[in-house]
Amino acid sequence: MSGPAPWLAILALAAAQALLFAAVGANRVLEWVQTACASAGLPYNTVMVLAGSGLLGVSSAVIGSYAVLRRRSLIGDAVAHAAPPGIALAYLIARERNFFLLLLGALVSGVLGAAVIAWLRQSTRTRQDAAIGLVLSVFFGLGIVLTSAVQRDPTGAHAGLEGFLLGKTAGLVSQDLLLIAVTSANILILVWLFQKEFLLLSFDPGFAAVQRWPVQALDVLMMTLLVAATVIGLPAVGVVLMAAMLIIPGVAARFWTDRLSRLLPLAGAFGLASAGAGTYFSSVSEGMPTGPVIVLTAAAVCLFSMFAAPRRGIAAGILKRIRMRERVARQNLLRTMYELAEEAPDSAASLEEVAARRGWRAAEALRLLRRAERRGELRRTPDGRWALTEHGLQKALEVVRAHRLWELYLVEQASIAADHVDRDADELEHILPPEMVLQLESRLRSEGRWPEDRVPASVHPIESAAGEAR
Amino acid sequence: MMQTVLAMDPIVFWIIVTVALVNVTGALLGTFLVLRRMSLLGDAISHAVLPGLALAFMLSGTREPLPMLIGAMAAGLLTALLTHLIHRYANVPEDAAMGVVFTSLFALGVVMITRVASQVDLDPGCVLYGVLESAALDTRPLFGIEVPRVAVTLAVTFAVTAAFVAALWKELKIVSFDPHLATTLGINADRVHYLLMALVAAFTVAAFEAVGSILVVAMLIAPAATAFLLTDRLHWMALIACATGILTAILGRNIAAVFDAPVAGMASVVAGGLFLLAVLFAPRYGIVARKLAHLRLGLRISGEDLLGLAYRWQERGTGAPLSARGALEAAGGGAGSRLALWLLRRAGLMAKSGRGLRLTASGLERASKLVHRHRLWEAYLARHLPLPDDHLHSPADRMEHFMDSDLQRQVEEQVPEPHGPSGAPR
Repeated sequence: MSGPAPWLAILALAAAQALLFAAVGANRVLEWVQTACASAGLPYNTVMVLAGSGLLGVSSAVIGSYAVLRRRSLIGDAVAHAAPPGIALAYLIARERNFFLLLLGALVSGVLGAAVIAWLRQSTRTRQDAAIGLVLSVFFGLGIVLTSAVQRDPTGAHAGLEGFLLGKTAGLVSQDLLLIAVTSANILILVWLFQKEFLLLSFDPGFAAVQRWPVQALDVLMMTLLVAATVIGLPAVGVVLMAAMLIIPGVAARFWTDRLSRLLPLAGAFGLASAGAGTYFSSVSEGMPTGPVIVLTAAAVCLFSMFAAPRRGIAAGILKRIRMRERVARQNLLRTMYELAEEAPDSAASLEEVAARRGWRAAEALRLLRRAERRGELRRTPDGRWALTEHGLQKALEVVRAHRLWELYLVEQASIAADHVDRDADELEHILPPEMVLQLESRLRSEGRWPEDRVPASVHPIESAAGEAR
Repeated sequence: MMQTVLAMDPIVFWIIVTVALVNVTGALLGTFLVLRRMSLLGDAISHAVLPGLALAFMLSGTREPLPMLIGAMAAGLLTALLTHLIHRYANVPEDAAMGVVFTSLFALGVVMITRVASQVDLDPGCVLYGVLESAALDTRPLFGIEVPRVAVTLAVTFAVTAAFVAALWKELKIVSFDPHLATTLGINADRVHYLLMALVAAFTVAAFEAVGSILVVAMLIAPAATAFLLTDRLHWMALIACATGILTAILGRNIAAVFDAPVAGMASVVAGGLFLLAVLFAPRYGIVARKLAHLRLGLRISGEDLLGLAYRWQERGTGAPLSARGALEAAGGGAGSRLALWLLRRAGLMAKSGRGLRLTASGLERASKLVHRHRLWEAYLARHLPLPDDHLHSPADRMEHFMDSDLQRQVEEQVPEPHGPSGAPR
């Protein structure tokens, strides 16, 4: 932790903004934006809505990614559900729909909810999942009770608190959007200031504590940022779906990279794209709620990433398995051809012999043989039989050598009976790294048991798949 | 009691019965969810049934219970299955997978309802806290009594759930505590799991109309979590959870009446309050009980330290009185030691003599046993561990408070010869 500098930066940031808004006022800032839009020829309202929801999308995605990495995804859900009692209380105290106060109330009860979860987990027998569920339902129940009190209040019938449940960007005025945008920007600045600290906190909090970093304070800061992002998202996407804004972009970005420095911008981009697209779609089609459309867009991005991501995606995994199976089949064929040639050096092998040795169906064996012929590892003799080419022989030697070396190793070192090693070696020979083969070789050579320039003889009689020894 | 029930307004009576049925069913299912650390799957399923309901409505064109039930169970199972598949095959943490699945399904449900069935009114209030008060009025005769429709539906749901739990009690128990053992015993843990999830979905949709989704979630978690703090036995946990559910229904409806608040919301708050009571006052796992046990242990250790100190003082035999202030300071000082000393004097183990403290006869007996245990442990350490002499005292100082007679006998066998104090008397 590099001294108190980041904490001082927070103070400076807060002070500068407070001064700015106290000196000029939010309305003046909005006027500037309006003038700028007019001179650039942009529609002011659209710019405000997109800026608000876009920045919200980015900030919730970025701070949510940390929650995903720290296995705390659903705390965001609980915090969103914990906000309504604060909103209703703020209304009952202020007696007017002051957006800033409502969100402040939401922030306070959200932080309280997060604190209760942490307390229940640490100092009682309640596990994290039950703690999250309890806070979620009990706080929300309290929210319902207090909201019904607001609605009975003569001034409160039009307080618009239901808007927080499913979210409605259309109901937000430009002052509200400015608050959302400024808060989002602050969250992003703080994440940027504390990126090193948050990185360590996410991956090795124990080490951070040993380095005498203020782990607790950093944890509270991160949680507060999560609550802040959740709270400003409520009026736009609502209580139930806020969790999605936090979780889905991070999960989607995780498929593409293993580095936090790339994950955060990517998650932010996904958040921005889904927020922008969702806002656009819901504005062009009548009566379509914003929140669900944003979430479905994000879900589509996530689904695509899950299948198509190059290394961690499902398609990549399937492709990898297919390639592996092909390689294994190819190596098995080479070894079989070598063994057949070893037994009868003068005659080439027939399709039936190869198929019987490996237990392949004839069609499968033919496919593999033809493929090896195309690679130039096998050639067809005039009488329709198959033989290794010079190139194929070299490849086959490598494979057989790895197989027999491993068998030798198992017999010598792991004291496994000679008639049991073939199956084990069969599985391992395909994934033995070259260094390992060299190591096995030099070991045998140092013991003087390495047949120079030759493949070691098999330690067991070679059998066909049918089982008779040869 | 009977008279109170008879004198009750039938609407109030049916509201309490309806909520109690919801709570007991939720508590039974929740017992297994909480034990298996899957509480949030209940929350996820209760949100994710929405597209199932919407699809069932689109296909059947009615709001009849059977298509709704089938749609909800299908969507519930889909949630559990997708969460598992994404966690398993796409390598996503389980909680994140759950968050992705249920929010996406819920969003899909909202869009489907808005698109296709825009004539159906999706009032958030109705979704979240139900229409209990009017549902209690929608009655039909059953055996000559006017019974609300929802109460009948919920009674059936409860009966099915109770029958399921009773029939599969053994399987549920093994699967909850040791799924691998269950598999080796030939119990299909997956099948039990998905049956449970289907029941959770069915319960969600049966309770949804009456009490809204929020009480459903509260009841799947709060009573079971409360019971988990109160007992270590599964059957007691289930029974206590059910009792908590019934209590929640009665208190929830009556407190809601006082504040003129929605019953479902108030019942959730009451459930939270009961849980908080359990957190604080549970006999074994409660915070008060644990603090008290901690305090008692602290007092015992301080008292024993004082006894040991006085014994060693008398053993040295200088004849000088042991000053109370010095003794308190050596035993850690503060209010704890003072209280410990007061307790020792009240129990007649120590007494004031002149300007100092001395051990009474019974005090001397207790103290000598204590110092015996201390030196026994020192001797044991000296014999079996290559520790320098001046490192023996402090581990023995801790051990003397926790050596029971069994351990003492074992150590005595290891260190048979009598032994004196190690180094200078302490």
